[in-house]
Amino acid sequence: MITILQSQLLPPPPIKLRHSSLLFSPSQHSRPNLKFTSKSSPSPPTITMASIKVHGVPMSTATMRVLAALYEKDLEFELIPVDMRAGAHKQEPFLSLNPFGQIPALQDGDLTLFESRAITEYIADEYSEKGEKLMCPGCNKVKALTKVWLNVEGQQFDPIASKIAFERIFKGMFGMTTDPAAVQELEGKLVRVLDIYEARLSKSEFLACDCFTLADLHHLPVIHYLMGTDSKALFESRPKVCEWVKKITARPAWAKVVDLQKQ
Amino acid sequence: MAGIKVFGHAASISTRRVLLTLHEKNLDFELVHVDLKDGEHKTESFLSHNPFGKVPAFEDGDLKLFESRAITQYIAHRYEGQGTNLLQPDSKNLAQYAIMAMGMQVEAHQFDPLASKLAWEHVFKLIYGLTTDQAVVAEEEAKLAKVLDVYEARLKEFKYLAGDTFTLTDLHHIPAVQYLLETPTKKLFTERPHVNKWVAEITKRPASQKILQ
Repeated sequence: MITILQSQLLPPPPIKLRHSSLLFSPSQHSRPNLKFTSKSSPSPPTITMASIKVHGVPMSTATMRVLAALYEKDLEFELIPVDMRAGAHKQEPFLSLNPFGQIPALQDGDLTLFESRAITEYIADEYSEKGEKLMCPGCNKVKALTKVWLNVEGQQFDPIASKIAFERIFKGMFGMTTDPAAVQELEGKLVRVLDIYEARLSKSEFLACDCFTLADLHHLPVIHYLMGTDSKALFESRPKVCEWVKKITARPAWAKVVDLQKQ
Repeated sequence: MAGIKVFGHAASISTRRVLLTLHEKNLDFELVHVDLKDGEHKTESFLSHNPFGKVPAFEDGDLKLFESRAITQYIAHRYEGQGTNLLQPDSKNLAQYAIMAMGMQVEAHQFDPLASKLAWEHVFKLIYGLTTDQAVVAEEEAKLAKVLDVYEARLKEFKYLAGDTFTLTDLHHIPAVQYLLETPTKKLFTERPHVNKWVAEITKRPASQKILQ
């Protein structure tokens, strides 16, 4: 659970201490930096500076992808909000983190990364001994199959599914209207992808192999949004896909990501 | 030994990504031609290689793969000791690997969607007897220009996209770049000096020449 305490912004301490708190950043006084630990802190609280920082917002699918991986791995991190409305992601200092001007970006010590799927892969590799395994251990063959399904999510599923999420959900938030013809066309493409998933999941517990991997995790944010819309029927009408969606969305780490949106 | 087989089309951007990797590694392989014009990629026989009905598909002995970027990564790791090193110089350094992986995502999500659309408009449409839509070209070129501005800044600092050596990150760009150099879109590359230099380096490699034959 998260222990939230008011505190002043502290300059980086010369030594590491342990603490969970709500730190306020002077430049974003309306949106505090959120520091999270996945486990309860023992009392009395001590002070820590997380070495992992995520620059993003809990609503963003790409940010959620990274948060899911961090929670699966039980890693401490600091979520630093980016003021999207003010266009902060298209300006410095954010552009120094991601010159493409997109959230999220991640800092781990002096390593800076962007592209959510490269970030999750780094988390899975660097912290392979911590928390849940997000890649199947094994030989080149197993790794290769995982890469196949990672690419399937990125190249076949996401381009279609995220456009549907944009039409059905995000357009409304920006004062635009859903285009039903576009939704219909996109859903026509998505069902062909989901039919292939149905066949795959009849032979394999999860997409890449019989364990939960990044290949499954990467789907969570967009599926989460689509399951809150009429598009959920496409997933629910395919028994193996339906079962897989239930399994992956029921994971405790995922529940923590969804919780962040409610704050 | 069953050997390496690529099921694809010698002119296809995705197939070429895999062929490049095999040539860089000096690996023997068989290219099994898939007749895209005839719709062979949508037949049951091909779908058993790639249920998404897209070229290329790949076999190495009893390992079957699809998705060109998964195949190239498999080859780069499996045959790490052979031919050109396509990974970072220290393949165990996870931070370095992450930087290469980040570059591969940039190619897949920022560069390729635009470059492929432009190649479709300028080159492949004509093969199918269709006409280039100049409005689409203008729109996609404007977006690609912004992406290449980021590349220009990056290539000022480093010789290649993931550092100072040629890696998969650079290789993944080559097939689309080669097509675009034959079109008016070429100017976007040539008018940026560091991008221009990088393009010249990666396209003059012997493997890059081989896939054009």
